[in-house]
Amino acid sequence: MTRKQRRLILIGASLGVLATAAGLVLGALRDSIVFFNSPTDLAEKHPAPGTRMRIGGLVKPSSLQRGDNLQVRFIVTDGKADVAVHYQGIVPDLFREGQGVIAEGKLEPSGTFAADTVLAKHDERYMPREVVDALKKSGRWQEGEVATPGSKIR
Amino acid sequence: MIPELGHFALVLALALGLIQSVAPMIGARKHDAALMRIASSTALMQFVFVALSFLTLIICYVTSDFSVATVFENSHSMMPLVYKVTSVWGNHEGSMLLWVLILSLFGALVAGFGFNLPATLKARVLSVQSWIACAFYLFILITSNPFLRLPQAPFEGRDLNPILQDIGLAIHPPLLYLGYVGFSIAFSFAIAALIEGRIDAAWARWVRPWTLAAWIFLTVGIAMGSYWAYYELGWGGFWFWDPVENASLMPWLAGTALLHSAVVMEKRNALKIWTLLLAILAFSLSLIGTFLVRSGVLTSVHTFANDPARGVFILAILVLFIGGGLTLFAWRAPMLKQGGLFAPISREAALVLNNLFLTTACLTVFVGTLYPLALEAVTGDKISVGAPFFNLTFVPLFIPLLLAMPFGPLMAWKRGDILGAAQRLMAAFGMALVVIILTFAGDRSSVLAPFGIGLSAFIMMGAVVDIVERLGLFRETFSITRQRAAGLPRSAWGTALAHFGVAVTLLGIVCVTAWATERIVALKPSETVSISGYELTFDGTVQRSGPNFSESAAKFTVRNGGVPIGVMEPSKRSFISRATTTTEAALMTRGMSQLYLSLGDTNNDGSISIRLYHKPMVLLIWLGGVVMALGGALSLSDRRLRVGAPRPAAKSAMQPAE
Repeated sequence: MTRKQRRLILIGASLGVLATAAGLVLGALRDSIVFFNSPTDLAEKHPAPGTRMRIGGLVKPSSLQRGDNLQVRFIVTDGKADVAVHYQGIVPDLFREGQGVIAEGKLEPSGTFAADTVLAKHDERYMPREVVDALKKSGRWQEGEVATPGSKIR
Repeated sequence: MIPELGHFALVLALALGLIQSVAPMIGARKHDAALMRIASSTALMQFVFVALSFLTLIICYVTSDFSVATVFENSHSMMPLVYKVTSVWGNHEGSMLLWVLILSLFGALVAGFGFNLPATLKARVLSVQSWIACAFYLFILITSNPFLRLPQAPFEGRDLNPILQDIGLAIHPPLLYLGYVGFSIAFSFAIAALIEGRIDAAWARWVRPWTLAAWIFLTVGIAMGSYWAYYELGWGGFWFWDPVENASLMPWLAGTALLHSAVVMEKRNALKIWTLLLAILAFSLSLIGTFLVRSGVLTSVHTFANDPARGVFILAILVLFIGGGLTLFAWRAPMLKQGGLFAPISREAALVLNNLFLTTACLTVFVGTLYPLALEAVTGDKISVGAPFFNLTFVPLFIPLLLAMPFGPLMAWKRGDILGAAQRLMAAFGMALVVIILTFAGDRSSVLAPFGIGLSAFIMMGAVVDIVERLGLFRETFSITRQRAAGLPRSAWGTALAHFGVAVTLLGIVCVTAWATERIVALKPSETVSISGYELTFDGTVQRSGPNFSESAAKFTVRNGGVPIGVMEPSKRSFISRATTTTEAALMTRGMSQLYLSLGDTNNDGSISIRLYHKPMVLLIWLGGVVMALGGALSLSDRRLRVGAPRPAAKSAMQPAE
């Protein structure tokens, strides 16, 4: 086998693996990423029901209802728009009314958000960065309100 | 006075670092032995001063000196002593000081043990190492000084984030940093070689032990971190594909590739330029990891201390070292003498294949971690890339790598025999097949799991076959086998053990993914829930108080087939000073499997919500990591690799250091 052939095999194998990886990455990016929306985004953009997404904002005070079988209903607000959310399961330790929250799930045709994951911030000093940005956009955020945005969210 | 002393020591370390950055480099150029010798002394003294600085910070925390801002922010006088010490690095400033402590430690180790290095190479390596150190000293002194005083000392501190008050956290960051920062040595060697314009097999022999040491620490660190997240975050996941976890996985993948390519370079004097590039990349990825964690650009489960303003400084360091390193590489690498090519079926080629898959897998992790950032910067859309993405990209690339793994060590250098290797692996194939069939027969609920377990069995048997072949077991007489076992280099045992460890981790992951069961229920006292043959009865709750928290623990009696086997007490802890609650999961280990119980809210009707998991074989995931690290350690203890190991009975004949 000549030097040239060996080199060609090496380059061919590398390109083959890289092309496979590129294909996998592009395919996965199309199918598996999840967009973040604030309640205002939902009100403005009207995304198709059934799309998987994340929403975030504050849990509206006195909107939290607990039902049987670990059912939880609450309203997520960014001050401009509200979204009703329902979830079955255990909410995180720092899930509270008036506090930041991120929910992942699907929008139902009725406009209610069916969450399968609920993430709350993990420290009283921090707030999920997406929530901060959403609140900033809706003008409900005062600078300096929270020491450092962007931290632990589960 | 004490914090000022620490601050001053750090400034002195910077001054020494600046000298070390310049003088030895000039010395190496002019072949001035005196100038080159400076590097060893300054490297040792830098470590002494940084260690002094770190020690003063520990003293500030232990004595609860709340006049120091970081102590006030992160400590509490009631906290147990061990957490007072660990909270030194449970925040941004302290963790950066730990970073430079380890950086200077590695510099000092090269200075102390590198007496068999050529003088010019050693001077240049230490000089480059000092460039990195200076950048980080400046970063700490300018943007994140841990010794800053408050104008008025408060009476009490604000406490450490309760989720960090855990023994896992005490060990995890130092191990991880030993790994991250350990790759700085490989980087410094690569840059020094590029400046020197010369690279040979001996270079690989010097670099490999350092890389191996860093890799061992990183492996254990990642395993520790994963176990910590598993029991502390309260929902029983062992890997979240979270940006911060990915930040540690990327250097691990690049470092693993570097380990394997350095073997080729050492043994066959090939792949030289690729190995240099990997050395630069492994440390670059460590720097990117630091940037991701420290800058706050990513929202993550693990980010505890961050500040976007500091991100700009770290970004500058990043651009300087990664950009500079790669530019130097692009400029100088073509001038280096090329290594030889090799046959497509050979040990070398197998190692290239390993490198190809590892780096490509690393690339997919890189894309998945940074794509959300890029997209947000360009379009403003916020997205999250989670486990589904990595399952579709990383996993398919890793499977062929794992399949090929047992073949590599069985191939000969230069010209391998793939059919011969396959023939010798027949036993492993057979074993895997039997395992697949047995698993299918035992449980039909999962189609993929039997193949995963078969793959794991194949790799385990492959590692065994490798050793059996080398020893000539079953072919030769017992005495020959024993002789061979004594003569077999430890690195061969290390390879087999590390590969075996990969299979152990794989087995754990497959079992948990396929057969873990989960119950989320609300229970009233004396009610029972059952999972995978275990029954748990809720006996009631008890209130207790700890040093700086109060906790409400729920008591559960666990029965297996009606026989009580123990008690599990998950709890909720409230930390008064931070008005925070944490969930402490209860774990019960049964062989390699675990029952995992964590508490939710107490409901209005007096019932308590619980999350109960049965995690079959879950401990294998981390045990495999430990086995991999042991394999690495065995390999590191090989005489050929031991750093500066005196050649037997030749100590007096050895050349003086410079």
